[in-house]
Amino acid sequence: MSEATLHEERTAASVRLERVLIALAILALIAAPFFVYPIFLMKMLCFALFACAFNLLLGYTGLLSFGHATFYGAAAYFCAYAVKDWGWPPEAGILLGTAGAAVLGLVMGFLAIRRQGIYFSMITLALAQMFYFFCVQAPFTEGEDGIQGVPRGHLFGIVDLNVTLNMYFFVLAVFLIGVFAVWRIVNSPFGMILRSIRENENRAISLGYSVGRYKLAAFVMSAALAGLAGATKAIVFQFATLTDVTWQMSGEVILMTLLGGIGTMVGPVVGAGLVVGLENTLATSGFPVTIATGLIFMICVLVFRRGIVGEIYARWLSPGGGRNGA
Amino acid sequence: MLAIGRASFSTCFSGDAMTMIFGIPVQALLGQMLVGLINGSFYAMLSLGLAVIFGLLRIINFAHGALYMFGAFIGYLMLVHLGIGYWPALVLVPLVVGVFGMAVERLALSRLYRLDPLYGLLFTFGLALVIEGVFRFYYGVSGNPYAVPSQLAGGTNLGFMFLPNYRGWVVVASLIVCIGTWLLIEKTRLGSYLRAATENPELVQAFGVNVPLLLTLTYGLGAALAGLAGILAAPVYQVSPLMGSDLIIVVFAVVVVGGMGSILGAIVTGYMLGLAEGLTKVFYPEASNLVVFVIMAIVLLLRPAGLFGRDA
Repeated sequence: MSEATLHEERTAASVRLERVLIALAILALIAAPFFVYPIFLMKMLCFALFACAFNLLLGYTGLLSFGHATFYGAAAYFCAYAVKDWGWPPEAGILLGTAGAAVLGLVMGFLAIRRQGIYFSMITLALAQMFYFFCVQAPFTEGEDGIQGVPRGHLFGIVDLNVTLNMYFFVLAVFLIGVFAVWRIVNSPFGMILRSIRENENRAISLGYSVGRYKLAAFVMSAALAGLAGATKAIVFQFATLTDVTWQMSGEVILMTLLGGIGTMVGPVVGAGLVVGLENTLATSGFPVTIATGLIFMICVLVFRRGIVGEIYARWLSPGGGRNGA
Repeated sequence: MLAIGRASFSTCFSGDAMTMIFGIPVQALLGQMLVGLINGSFYAMLSLGLAVIFGLLRIINFAHGALYMFGAFIGYLMLVHLGIGYWPALVLVPLVVGVFGMAVERLALSRLYRLDPLYGLLFTFGLALVIEGVFRFYYGVSGNPYAVPSQLAGGTNLGFMFLPNYRGWVVVASLIVCIGTWLLIEKTRLGSYLRAATENPELVQAFGVNVPLLLTLTYGLGAALAGLAGILAAPVYQVSPLMGSDLIIVVFAVVVVGGMGSILGAIVTGYMLGLAEGLTKVFYPEASNLVVFVIMAIVLLLRPAGLFGRDA
């Protein structure tokens, strides 16, 4: 994936511009629920966090997981079950979902990192499908119906999440914490080692890094953050269903990241917004979503591999300016 | 415990001797093994096509399941709209799917060879979504029955079990296809070009072999194999837009177990895992969907390169 992600040397001006844009974006998100349908925004934020978590693995470690729906969906199930059947408060449910996703990530990652490249992707896909079949049969997932009617409850026993705006600002906080975590991981010494693995795994090995452990750690972190997104989603929509663990869901998060820009901080957020928006539009038009998704995939891969945000960086914000774009 | 053991022991030898194995009727056991063998035939044909394409193009063809479904659907539509029966379809369907595959390779995949192989996976994933989406849009998700050709209708009593003729034919046909493809690649001049180009494309090109054409033909061959598997599958399973997407993931697991280094490995692993699935259905039906993936996980733990693989 290195070809699409090599735009890390940036000018001071572009860094300053980026900070201003991020501040503006956060302000816009705070103001947004007063203008846009909050449920739609919350869906978008959950998917955006999911895509950022996925991008931690694909964009910064160079591992294409085709099984991330497992962590998103499993965390939704754990959280929904704990909140509904055990009467746990929402924040505890979300923490349980996140922890559960991390454990699943440990198991799947341990198996998948034994092979590289394309095999890694196929193994994650196969294990995710196995988890899907498990969910179809396991009694606690309630089969085709899913776990429905999950109470939103009171956050820390005080804030009533049944009030839409309270719910929205809680989701926004979770989203910002999650994205900040990704940003911290990526820009830490640990993140630098992940990038070196992405660029040249053999060289990282010869420098003495136990690449396997770093990959596994990145996989678990990515899984946990994907779980955070999934568990939050379960509280927002008050259900957890099989849809969240299908391979189509794994494909969707790949699409969001690819469309927005692999290996950029903002790209997956933009991609998630576009894909969720597109799906909402198509839902009323009768045009099949799968065809649209597939076409975007093909177009992105053929002409648009850096994604929207990646193209913007490459054309206007990199030291070379527009000269070496495209 | 002892009493139960003795009871089953006595039933085994009283009356119908040899009809029970481990408390399972022989009929059921053989029946499920046949189902397993049929599934295995399709795993083998599809993983063979994946291995052929991956060997030369270094692309994992996610659209393989969609091409399989495409083949079954073309056969079904030719029968319904044009009155073209099963036997001509057996030739025409692979041709159509093969030509479609070659067009895809020329127009799109050929632009991706210089990139990370993951882009090939993502492109073919998108292609699979589009093909599946188009058929879903026009034909819905329900299955369409495809009649067994009259020559192969009915069944044969083998004495120990009843074998539907068509299922026997599928097993034989898939063996012929697999062995034929293996011979084509290992024993013919074209196959030797293909193997040489897998090892070192630049050198083969320098010897005057048209490597880009070889790449196109290889993808076409892989696609045609998927189409052929599709039309063979049409009378066994229902023809539905969803028939390919779930299958392809199992085939990926097969490919991980077998390793894509060897054509023969892909074939043998396909049949073995099909049989394993059939046997699981007899002894522990709940796990029959999972068993291929569990075997994959065990192989990854014990022999990460796959049973027949050289690690890529």
